[in-house]
Amino acid sequence: MASQEILREEPSRASFINDPKVRSLFFQTLVIVILFGSVWWIVQNVIDNLARLHIASGFGFLKGRAGFDISDTPIAYTSDSTYGRAIIVGLINTIIVAVAGIITATIIGFVVGIGRLSQNWLIRKICTVYVEIFRNIPPLLVIFFWYSGVLAVLPPPRESYNLPFGSFLNQRGFYFPRAVWGDGSWLILVAFLVGLAMAWFVARTARQRQMVTGQQFPVFWTSIALIAGLPLLAYALSGFPLSFDFPKQSTFNLTGGFQVKPEFLSLYLALSCYTAAFIAEIVRAGIRGVSRGQTEAAGALGLRSGPILRLVVVPQAMRIVIPPLTSQYLNLTKNSSLAIAIGYPDLTATAGTVLNQTGQAVEGVLIMMIAYLVLSLVTSAVMNVVNARMALVER
Amino acid sequence: MKHIAFGILGAAALGFTASAASAGTLDTVKQKGFIQCGVSTGLAGFSAPDDKGDWQGIDADFCRAVAAAVFGDGSKVKFTPLSAKERFTALQSGEVDILSRNTTWTINRDTALGLNFIGVTYYDGQGFMINAKKLPGVNSALQLSGAAVCVQSGTTTELNLADYFKSNKMEYNPVVFEKLEEVNAAYDAGRCDVYTTDQSGLYGIRLTLGSPADHVVLPEIISKEPLGPAVRQGDDQWYHIVKWTYFALLDAEELGITKANVEEMKASDNPEIKRVLGQEADTKIGTDLGVSNDWVVNIVKAVGNYGEVFEKNVGSGSPLKIARGINALWTKGGLQYAPPIR
Repeated sequence: MASQEILREEPSRASFINDPKVRSLFFQTLVIVILFGSVWWIVQNVIDNLARLHIASGFGFLKGRAGFDISDTPIAYTSDSTYGRAIIVGLINTIIVAVAGIITATIIGFVVGIGRLSQNWLIRKICTVYVEIFRNIPPLLVIFFWYSGVLAVLPPPRESYNLPFGSFLNQRGFYFPRAVWGDGSWLILVAFLVGLAMAWFVARTARQRQMVTGQQFPVFWTSIALIAGLPLLAYALSGFPLSFDFPKQSTFNLTGGFQVKPEFLSLYLALSCYTAAFIAEIVRAGIRGVSRGQTEAAGALGLRSGPILRLVVVPQAMRIVIPPLTSQYLNLTKNSSLAIAIGYPDLTATAGTVLNQTGQAVEGVLIMMIAYLVLSLVTSAVMNVVNARMALVER
Repeated sequence: MKHIAFGILGAAALGFTASAASAGTLDTVKQKGFIQCGVSTGLAGFSAPDDKGDWQGIDADFCRAVAAAVFGDGSKVKFTPLSAKERFTALQSGEVDILSRNTTWTINRDTALGLNFIGVTYYDGQGFMINAKKLPGVNSALQLSGAAVCVQSGTTTELNLADYFKSNKMEYNPVVFEKLEEVNAAYDAGRCDVYTTDQSGLYGIRLTLGSPADHVVLPEIISKEPLGPAVRQGDDQWYHIVKWTYFALLDAEELGITKANVEEMKASDNPEIKRVLGQEADTKIGTDLGVSNDWVVNIVKAVGNYGEVFEKNVGSGSPLKIARGINALWTKGGLQYAPPIR
């Protein structure tokens, strides 16, 4: 009894200052006060100085008429649109190049990464050279390489390369016919969606059947037939409503058709090639991380090397690959701001122009920072969901 | 909410540097011993480094003139090359003391941007340049519908271009770059059909292209581009020094004071010349401004008068060979006019 009492009294006997709980509470409060105090001081300083220098402030400028044109406008935009809309156009351009770049970089990265582990000496060496070249050159130089080294030396519009299907390639970009959808073309879209749904259903049933009976079904070819065949059938039935707008030569440029500008092309190709080199290394590390015993066990079960890779190695490697892959996707998105060097109107370029025309640097930079932050957080969130699904589920 | 948002990045951008600028630019400049002058990244005739790396041009010489007025020595200038997009932030934040960078004077820049333009050192207008060899038969800007147009971002040029094509119901593809060299390279490589900027600039850029003779400047001038130096708002003393340096250059030309004859002119019988050069007894012609009384002598010794600066950099003494035109003195039918120094 006596010993228990002593134990209970001990905290109260200790000095208030030496109580670890009180101490930690005190220091945490102190840190918060200092943090908020300095933020407050910075905010006040900026507001005071802007007012003293007679510089306009606030976000009202976003509603003003922009007055400048943008070369790539995925949404309707003219010089009469607002500054806010100009920034949104830039943001959408950034998203377009980032998404396209991520998809392409992932494909190239996986091919090259697996290629580095190939049994074939030539394939292995080619992939190694690819990785070593692109991984060791700054991304800006890769962009300039595509822009000034490859696309700028193409012939002028009047001497364009004629490519199949009425497409053209010249130093102003890549031109191809644009589809013009006539009456009844909605049927094709519906047929495509139905085909997609049916393909998914077939794949599911086939997997269930294989689980139960062990019999396989040619899912791949059936899906192709459904996804491509149904819309083609609908196209024929609705009386061929599709026509094409072909690019034609005019005084200065090719007009009509769809133009992919060299600024976009070079940025997209450069970001894809550059990031793919890093993804290839991540994929290689991921595959190497799967124990050799797994491959040998699969081989012992009689699987050939293709199915071993597809069914045994890659699913396990993905668990190692996905977290660093997320960083590469974020890097690609942020590297897209190098677009400014070649005049692709991404977020940094359009928001920068707005910043300069209005002179509101603090607000302009703030908008850019928040936009990139949100983009990165969304990318991370999506990849976290994918990662959670891929993670090892213990049974 | 707006205010909270400001602060997150504001400190580095504006907060700290701006407080230094409030000490009075003249005092700050005297303390550090030189003037920090914001110039272009390279525009022949206005501000461009020569083969020795020295900055040459009207805009560069203007900064030398201010340095001569303040220090009596035109070499006490350091140049900061700025892109069109960086220039205003650089001046606002105190990174440069004068922005002398072929910048168009507009109401927006004079008010909302917190700048003060001191005058017009060069009256210009926006024009178009094309490759006549590749585009025979084009001799007017009104034939440019459908063309790809190279332009520098963040300039009044970019805005005038949009207005001009819109009001003439023409289409165009803008090809926009941040830096002048990038625009030049893209135009030279044939990425665009047309180059648009201030006409004086077009003549300068033409000389740097692969084969200058192939390129012609179209006759249309689509805008007023009064180019001049600017300083920060809220510092009247510095504003006056820079403004009167410009006036002194003009008055010196009007009175016939040149780099060569400035010393003899000191002994002139003309009371006006004596007054301007600070040779009157008990004169306060410079000290009231915050500089020495022989400030005009120093300016003219350093760079010459306005006419000399013009001819050396863009006129007959330069490869550009631009005529004085509306940039002549008012006495010769031009627009350059300065209030009297008295």
